This record gives sequence, structure tokens and C-alpha cells, in this order.
Amino acid sequence: MKAMLAWLDERTGFRKLARGALYENIPGGPRWRHVWGSAVLFAIGVQFITGIFLWMDYSPSAQTAWESVNYIQNEMWGGWLLRGLHHYTAQILPVLLALHLLQIIVYGAYKAPREVNFWFGLILLQLVLMMALTGYQLPWDQKGFSATKVNLNLLGIVPLIGPAVQRILIGGTDYGHLTLTRFFAVHAGVLPVTVLAVLVVRAYLLRRHGFAGERSPVRADAPFWPDQALRNVVACLAVMATLLYLIVRHRIASPTGTLGAELSPPADPSEPYSAARPEWYFLFLYQFLKYFPGDREIWGAIVIPGVVMGVLCLMPFIGRSKGGHRFNVGLICSLFAGAGILTWLAISADARDPGYQAAVKQAAREAERVKVLARSPAGIPSEGAAVLARMDPFIQGPKLFAKNCASCHRFDGSDGMGNVPKDAQSASDLAGFASHAWFAGLLDPTRVSSTNYFGATTHKDGKMSKFVKKDVAGYTPEQKAQLQKVILAVSAEAQLKSQAATDQRDAAIIAEGRTLFKDAMACTDCHQFHVKDPDANAPDLTGYGSRDWLVRFLNNPGHEDFYGKRNDRMPAFGEKKMLSAEEIGLIADWLRGEWYEPAQAQARE
Amino acid sequence: MLVPVAAGLMVLVDPLRRKSDAGGAIKVTTLEALPNDGVPRRFPVIASKTDAWNKFKESPIGAVYLRRTGDSKVEALNVVCPHAGCFVDFTAEDKRFHCPCHKSSFEVDGKIADPKSPSPRALDSLTVKVDADGAVWVAFQNFQAGRRDKIPIA
Repeated sequence: MKAMLAWLDERTGFRKLARGALYENIPGGPRWRHVWGSAVLFAIGVQFITGIFLWMDYSPSAQTAWESVNYIQNEMWGGWLLRGLHHYTAQILPVLLALHLLQIIVYGAYKAPREVNFWFGLILLQLVLMMALTGYQLPWDQKGFSATKVNLNLLGIVPLIGPAVQRILIGGTDYGHLTLTRFFAVHAGVLPVTVLAVLVVRAYLLRRHGFAGERSPVRADAPFWPDQALRNVVACLAVMATLLYLIVRHRIASPTGTLGAELSPPADPSEPYSAARPEWYFLFLYQFLKYFPGDREIWGAIVIPGVVMGVLCLMPFIGRSKGGHRFNVGLICSLFAGAGILTWLAISADARDPGYQAAVKQAAREAERVKVLARSPAGIPSEGAAVLARMDPFIQGPKLFAKNCASCHRFDGSDGMGNVPKDAQSASDLAGFASHAWFAGLLDPTRVSSTNYFGATTHKDGKMSKFVKKDVAGYTPEQKAQLQKVILAVSAEAQLKSQAATDQRDAAIIAEGRTLFKDAMACTDCHQFHVKDPDANAPDLTGYGSRDWLVRFLNNPGHEDFYGKRNDRMPAFGEKKMLSAEEIGLIADWLRGEWYEPAQAQARE
Repeated sequence: MLVPVAAGLMVLVDPLRRKSDAGGAIKVTTLEALPNDGVPRRFPVIASKTDAWNKFKESPIGAVYLRRTGDSKVEALNVVCPHAGCFVDFTAEDKRFHCPCHKSSFEVDGKIADPKSPSPRALDSLTVKVDADGAVWVAFQNFQAGRRDKIPIA
């Protein structure tokens, strides 16, 4: 072994190299504040390792990016840990670099002969930020997609070359496959190679100029090994501990919290995403942009950040002049303070914005739902996961209801999405439509004319209301019992998923209720029920509330099977092409509580 | 070394010569779907879409706000904020469009409402046609963000 190492040393000289690195003199001896460089290097190492493993399972295309990231995150062994490490290191790295930069400037380590070291440090910071920007959109989720769209649009305002560069990066006029392949090539190929080159140059320069410490009469110089090395290792361990904490912190807070990094719903170019924000360390720039109206935006987005970067590059020269170093320290401290204040302004503005809060909640709900759908037996189709969200009643139902129905109807008092609409309620509340409880309310003399049923419609004083308020109000206990059976029978027509078990159990009562419907209760005087009745002038109760009934009703409530000429204000959504067949189906399914639910939801978690 | 670099650059800049398939009239909805009170409603724009090597039928390519301004007159606005490309939201309370990203605000006809808005121009209006059957056709088009002028992305 010894002989082999000696042979290798003779051929390569590695011992001298290692000795040079380990016993490099530190002026003033080891200090905790010298650990930042190692911490940065450690974090970059973590990114290379986790990045390469993520690469093995990631597939950059508009139909597979979100899908493969979701697979890594939610299905693969340890995927949440791998992605969590990569994601949170990307958050920590800019902080470490910024602190490193602050330290270099405050202690004057940028001065001759280390100007070039300093410049390469600035280049490294730029590269890391570009890594973050390009990596943010690779999952092709709504969050990354929207934020990247904003960034590329800002790039487009650069005079002359802006639009062309923008188009080359997007890979055409619209976002798609080529956007992903190009961003991925930059993120995993071009930038890491450049980072490696910068690190090599920095290592060379470090060996050439030695460590920048400051000599002190009370502290003797000491070699890097072992005291400084130990401090650096402790710093790296602290970085790892922070990372692991960030990864599990949501799970510590709640047993259903996300492990690792968040993944928002798959990108859909026709869906608004009002929760779009850049990563938190770009929030100060985002906030800054709000102050530049109209076409002065280029000042906020390009010119001022460019000038600041230019001044930073000139710092080694500014530092030479009298008072120059103080200026530099003052400048960097005020830049940090300014960025801090802007970040705080951005965060507090969002905290006070109910629209933003609602958008964040909605995105979380959809993200959770798509995860469930992706695990359903049907799984993700080859068209991609965005289709799952687009065709899911649980996601689309409330949105469609809020947009098309909630100006008159309510769903459990709200517009279906939990907001109370501006317009007063002027039609029934459809939560639990066609269920036992819903019919019990309709046939309750005290409730039939409330706004939750016919109260605000032209049917308020219609035949049905009168019947309930006069006849039903005077029912004997025996008749009331009969009415209960009729309710079960009519409600069974809907074949609601939530009542499947009771419908089966009460089959005999339901059969009895059907007979009572015709005979004792005389409902068939007005309503058609299973038997063709040309004289019926009230809505057909055959299959009332079933999917087919509801779809036909939404197509045209004024059809003679339903309200006919007595239809109040309800539009013929289908016949007038106000909603597509899919949309009507989604609303019907959602009202009926008909959507995919995992059988063993509890068992899984 | 020039040869491989040149070959690579050619492929890299190829998207510059690709044309957008936008601009043609697309049927978005019908007149009946638009309320008479002049409140705008958002509609997805569904059309065939080419994404590099894939062709998609009936795929969402964007969204528009439609507002009825007369018996058979409709105005269309692209929902994309001309500042940085987020989707604006219409709020019924103050009858304005608001951008959730950098807080630009627009009047119901698309004009900038708050002069402090970062948007350099009004919301982008689109050409609308209402045919004899009451179908609303919109010439859907996106425009370059961040510019004072409305430059189509062609």
C-alpha cells in the first residue's frame, strides 16, 4: 500500500498538493468567521450530488416534467428527501454566498492582491442566482411556470436583443417542450460546468495569494489543519442540520404536512395563478419593480441592479482611496438593509391581501388533489397531469359554480369556493341537492319559502310552495310518516354516492314510498314519475337529481320535462352554448358529490 | 472548433424563425353567455396548438375577458397583464381589473386605472366578431410584455 502511494505520489505529486492545501497558513489563526467559504463549497457539493440523482429520473417536456417530479416526490423511495435537499440547498446557498460576500467586504479581503478572487466570487453569486431561476421552473408546476413567465417577460424589455434572447430561451413564441429542454440544458449543463470552472480558478487564486486573515499581535498564525478544518466541518454539519430541519418542518408542525419541497399543481396556460411569487430571496427585486410605473420598468429591472453590480465590481479600486473602504462597507450594509426592508414590505403586503391568501390556499388544495388523482387507478394519462385537474369535478366544480351559478344560487351559504358573492342570494342553496336532508327542507312548511329554497324566486308562491305550506303543514302524524317514505323514494332517484348504503338498506321503504307518491300523496297530480304523463306540468321527478337528469336540466331548465314556461331566470346553459358538455358534466358531478376518492385514504397516510 | 459551434448555434436560434399560429378567429362563446350589465366574464380560448414536435387539438392557449357593450357588440381583452404576463382578475366591488403580481389596475374597458400601475399600457384589446347565430369569435393574440406599444408576438 505504502509503495503504491509512493509510486502514485512520484507520478502525480499529490502529497505536495494535499500538504499545501492542509497546511496553508492562516494569518491570525483559525476563526469561526472563516468558515463561510467552506460552507458555500459544501452546499455546491450537495447540489451537484442531488442534482445528478434527480437528473436520473427527471424528464423535461411539457407532458412529463411535472409528472416525473411528482413521481420522484411522491412515489419513489426517499424522493422527498432528495428533492427536499436540492430545493432547500438552493435556498440556503444564496444566503451563504451573500454572507460570505458581506464578510469579504467588511474585512477588506477584496483588496490587492485579491481583486480577482473577489470578482470570481461575484460571478459565482450570479451563477448561483441563475441556477435558482432556471431550476425554479423545471417541475413545470403553476408556481414555477408563472414566475418564469414573469422573469422572461422582464428579460424581453432589454433593448434590441431582449425579445430575441427571450424567444431563444422559450424555444419559440409559446412556452412548451423546448422551454423545458433549454432551461434544463442551461441548469444541468452550461451553468454547472461554468461553476466548476469558477471554483477551479478560485482554488488556484487562493493557493496563489493564501488565506486572507488579519495578523494580530495576540493571535499567532496557524495552519489550516486541524483547527480551522474542524471549524469548517462543524459549519458544514450545521448547514446539513438546517437543511434537514427545513425538509421536515411542515411534518413536525402537522402530521399531514408536506415532507420536502412543495409541488404546486401542474402548469395550465389557461388557468390564472394569482399566487405567483418568486423565491423569497428575489422578493426584494419583485417589490422593487412595483415602484417603476409604465415604461420606466427597465430602470428597476435592469439598469439599477446592473449599476449596483458594477459598483460592487469596482469595490477593490474604490477601497484604495481614502475613506473608500468605509464607503464600501456602508454601501454593502445599506444594500442588505434595503433588500431586507423591501422583502419585508413584499411579505407584509401579501399577508394583508386576502386575494393572495385565498389563491395560495386554492393552489394547495389543488396540489393535494392532483396528487390523489395521480395515485388513482386511472393514473396520469399520456396527455399529462394538467388534464387530470381540468377534468376533475372536485377541482373544477366549485370554480364553475362560482362563475356561473353563484350570482343567484349558493352552495352551503357561499359561492362554492368559500366566498360570499356580491349579489344577494336569489335562488336555492344547492349543497346536498336531492339528498334526504335537502328534500326534508323543501317539504318543510317553515323552510320552503326561505331563500335557501323557493324564497327569492317566482316559485315562492307557486303550487309547490302552497302545497307544502297548506297541505303538508296540516299533515297528521301518519301522513308525516308517509311523507318521510316518499322523501326516501324521490331522493333514491338521484342515486347519490353518499346515500348508496341507506338506499340499499331501505329498498322496501323506498318501494312503498313510490306507491305512496302516486296514491296517498298524489304527487303525480302535477309531477311525472316513471310513467309517461302528458298532463304533468311540474318538473319530471323520474331520476330526479341523477347525473342524466341534472345534465338535461342544466342544458335547458325551460324544457317541458322541467319548468317549461314557468322557468324563472335560469339560463339554458347547454342549449345556448354558455357551457360546454364537459363543463355541465363537471358541475353535475360536483353537485352530486361524484368524484374519485381513494378507497383507503386513511390507511395510506 | 468553429464548425460544431456554428452547427449548435444554428439549432439554438432556430426558434427565431418559427411563426406563431395565433391571430386567427376562434369561437369562444355565444352572446347569451354574456350578461347585459356590462360585467366582463373570463373565457378560456381553446384551439389547436403546436408545441415543437407535438400538435394538440382543442387545447387551452390562453384566456380572454369578454364584455357586452351593446345588443350584439362585444369587447375582448386578453387576460394577460402587459407588465410582466400574469393573469388579471376582475373584481366586481370596484369594477376594475387587478393584476395579482405587481398590483397594476385597469378600468373595465382595459385602460390603466391607477397611474402608479407598473403596466406600461392598457390591457390588450382583441378583435371580436359576432356572427348571425350569436357566436362570439375572437382573433386571439398575445403581445410583448413590458413595452409601451402593443407588439404582437408573431
